Amino acid sequence: MAFEPKEPQKEIKYSEMRIYTDEELNNYTEEELKNFKIKHDIPDLEELEKGPWPSFVSDAKQGALHRRKLADDRMLIDRDVIEDMLGQLQVSFNDGETHWKHGGIVGVFGYGGGVIGRYSDLPEKFPSIAHFHTIRVNQPASKFYNTDFLRTICDLWEYRGSGMMNLHGSTGDLVLLGTTTEQLEPIFFELTNELDQDLGGSGSNLRTPSCCIGKARCEFACYDTQDLSYELTTYYQDELHRPAFPYKFKFKFDGCPNGCVASIARADMSFIGTWRDEIRIDQDAVQGYIAGDFAPNGGAFAGRDWGKFDIQKEVIDLCPSKCMKYEDGVLTIDNSECVRCMHCINTMPRALKPGKDTGISILCGAKAPILEGAQMSTLIVPFMKLEPPYDNVKEFIEKVWEFWMEEGKNRERLGELIQRFGLPKFLEIMELPPAPQMVKMPRENPYIFWKEEDVPGGWDRDIKDYRARHKR
Amino acid sequence: MALSLERLGKYDPADPQKNRRTDLGPRHFWQYFPPVIQNNYGKWAYHEVLEPGILVHVSETGDKVYTVRCGAARFMTVQHVREICDIADKYCDGYVRFTTRNNIEFMVDSVEKLEALKKDLQSRKFAGGSYKFPIGGTGAGVTNIVHTQGYIHCHTPATDASSMVKAVADALFDEFQNMQLPAKVRVSMACCLNMCGAVHCSDIALLGYHRKPPIIDHDIIDKVCEIPLAIAACPVGAISPDKTPEGGRTVKIKKDRCMFCGNCYTMCQALPLSDKEGDGVTILAGGKISNRISPPKFSKVVVPWLPNNFPRFPEVVENVKKILNAYAQNANKYERLGDWAERIGWEKFFEKCGLEFTEHLIDDYRLAYDTWRTSTQFKFTDAAWNVSKAAGGID
Repeated sequence: MAFEPKEPQKEIKYSEMRIYTDEELNNYTEEELKNFKIKHDIPDLEELEKGPWPSFVSDAKQGALHRRKLADDRMLIDRDVIEDMLGQLQVSFNDGETHWKHGGIVGVFGYGGGVIGRYSDLPEKFPSIAHFHTIRVNQPASKFYNTDFLRTICDLWEYRGSGMMNLHGSTGDLVLLGTTTEQLEPIFFELTNELDQDLGGSGSNLRTPSCCIGKARCEFACYDTQDLSYELTTYYQDELHRPAFPYKFKFKFDGCPNGCVASIARADMSFIGTWRDEIRIDQDAVQGYIAGDFAPNGGAFAGRDWGKFDIQKEVIDLCPSKCMKYEDGVLTIDNSECVRCMHCINTMPRALKPGKDTGISILCGAKAPILEGAQMSTLIVPFMKLEPPYDNVKEFIEKVWEFWMEEGKNRERLGELIQRFGLPKFLEIMELPPAPQMVKMPRENPYIFWKEEDVPGGWDRDIKDYRARHKR
Repeated sequence: MALSLERLGKYDPADPQKNRRTDLGPRHFWQYFPPVIQNNYGKWAYHEVLEPGILVHVSETGDKVYTVRCGAARFMTVQHVREICDIADKYCDGYVRFTTRNNIEFMVDSVEKLEALKKDLQSRKFAGGSYKFPIGGTGAGVTNIVHTQGYIHCHTPATDASSMVKAVADALFDEFQNMQLPAKVRVSMACCLNMCGAVHCSDIALLGYHRKPPIIDHDIIDKVCEIPLAIAACPVGAISPDKTPEGGRTVKIKKDRCMFCGNCYTMCQALPLSDKEGDGVTILAGGKISNRISPPKFSKVVVPWLPNNFPRFPEVVENVKKILNAYAQNANKYERLGDWAERIGWEKFFEKCGLEFTEHLIDDYRLAYDTWRTSTQFKFTDAAWNVSKAAGGID
């Protein structure tokens, strides 16, 4: 199946967009790079050029040399920006403290997010990074790119910014690191008008959603993670750009319970693919694993000799709900007892596949420690079928947001609000019946908050009636 | 259609609304899928790790896509991104992908292209000698370490990220390029408790941490902060209103109540925490995200504090190695680090890893009681004998 974008997508051709010539892009020799010293002393950083792992310092130095050799009119912010960033980093190592000032409110007109203001607290020493603002660019779902797009971003960012970036930031954005206040609007205009590309989220708004690779290249995906991510991102653009929430709010989309984008730990609302019918079994392929024709887990354990594959020990006995049997050469699964942990499917991917009646579980409330401690998402909706344009999902989201925006305190994440109100109250607001799937165990204390309407006769009683039966 | 060379580009400060386009969202994903991905979307039958870092996905249609996964620093210059594009143009019809954990994935549709691509990637090194595109990060090994900004771009860090990650990744390079561990090990790094890297469910988490209460900048606090917000920001109620000798509005802090979370500084720039001696690194272990076999779980603090020994953090590297080696030697196949620790018991975890158990590791925050042991089921290790001796129970 093919997906149609909501808006026709402008085709970007680097050959038409480019700023720099090939000569400019290859303006230094290997010899020059080897002998290149930046203007500041950076002994600790140079130490980090050693060792096998890709060195960000070596990369930064090639960027710095490249900038040095560009003509003056081929960049709109200081040529030394990378050198000054490295210089300040060395000073930070010396001092054991960061040298970036606290905050600074900058942005583009009409948006409350997408740009993070940043200023050096050593502007005299490192003038090129006196302003060093970040721009978050909303990445395409699953972070596939073509080179026309990436090269165009590179030219734009070299011309109007530092040429330093993150692929990618923690939440998923393509992050452009370091430009001046003056260039924020011009960059935004180039991104939107030429690249049809918008900013991501920051501050108390919907943060840039992100998803796993899904059906694009994974046999486990139980729904179209990219499509749901794209649909909700575009549908909730206002929430993404204009902060109206008590605090940040994150969506993440995992195609199966393996959780490759960590939604259960990182998203206020986690959408995790699952199924409600039976795991599909190919008995011939099961035999293939037992015979040793196929490596277990797609060969992921091949680096060590773990001995011959033992289906009993490696699959049946490790099943958390003990719902599998291998008898007389036949693998059977009691699907009603299965908790869909993925272990058997991960271990024998050619033999076992998730069921065909797929959908999502929705969990709510994950967050990092600030303020009230880290939380993982709690199961709220066990199963939801998905069908574009995902009205059932949107209805759920908006009901949650209504509650959170009404009741949430300043800087209170959804998970903290649910804790403060209690899960039963949250379910009542969401008009969902309680279910044992939502808890690890029933409560251990009997301090139940009975409501007056739960109790026959209500709470108003007359002490005289009581005293008629009981002497003081 | 072209990028502008004008200083302010297409932006007209006199009329900011002219040609302003907003609320476009991201580019649509479908156009960036290479043909083999478009043609086989939703049809993938199975995959195999052919060798560390090399995956093949096989479709029901019979098509195959070969993926080469390469480690990368998430910090990149345009020059490096252009080199990635050169490779993608040469071998991958101009397509490339990045993973959630900052790896680069090059995809090709035949073995011949795969071999040429591999050779090319392995040959590319930075001038300083490190690999530009090390292949690995699959299966039962260590993949790329996700991390935060640190001193490169952040105002609240208690340590630096890129340098620590480089040091640890160098030390774990074999584990990145091999698949010899009992299961995958996810190492993650965050510079402070804000955890924009959300490391709290990682097999091994490295976390920057302050240890000195904020300094109060009495001269400016009333001018640059909403004092009530700064007071409300403290989760332990350690901040209260105060007056300066001159009668100005400020705050006072009950220092022995502070847990160094830095939330007050996030709200108020007049309350900085960072300090060369105070700041350092905490190691947490045993968390996971996947629902495989056992449910997802939080990482636990196993090393309370190590110094910020820039640039290579030898103490951090040594402790990570200790944990990883003990795990590699003792865990069962498929057993994640946290599952192993729970099976043998945390007392054995500390013994096997050679880590000291200190009072800092016993929870005394809210809900702490959930982590206390209310059972006579435990194992004897030296730590147990030490207590017994201290209590006069044994000589």
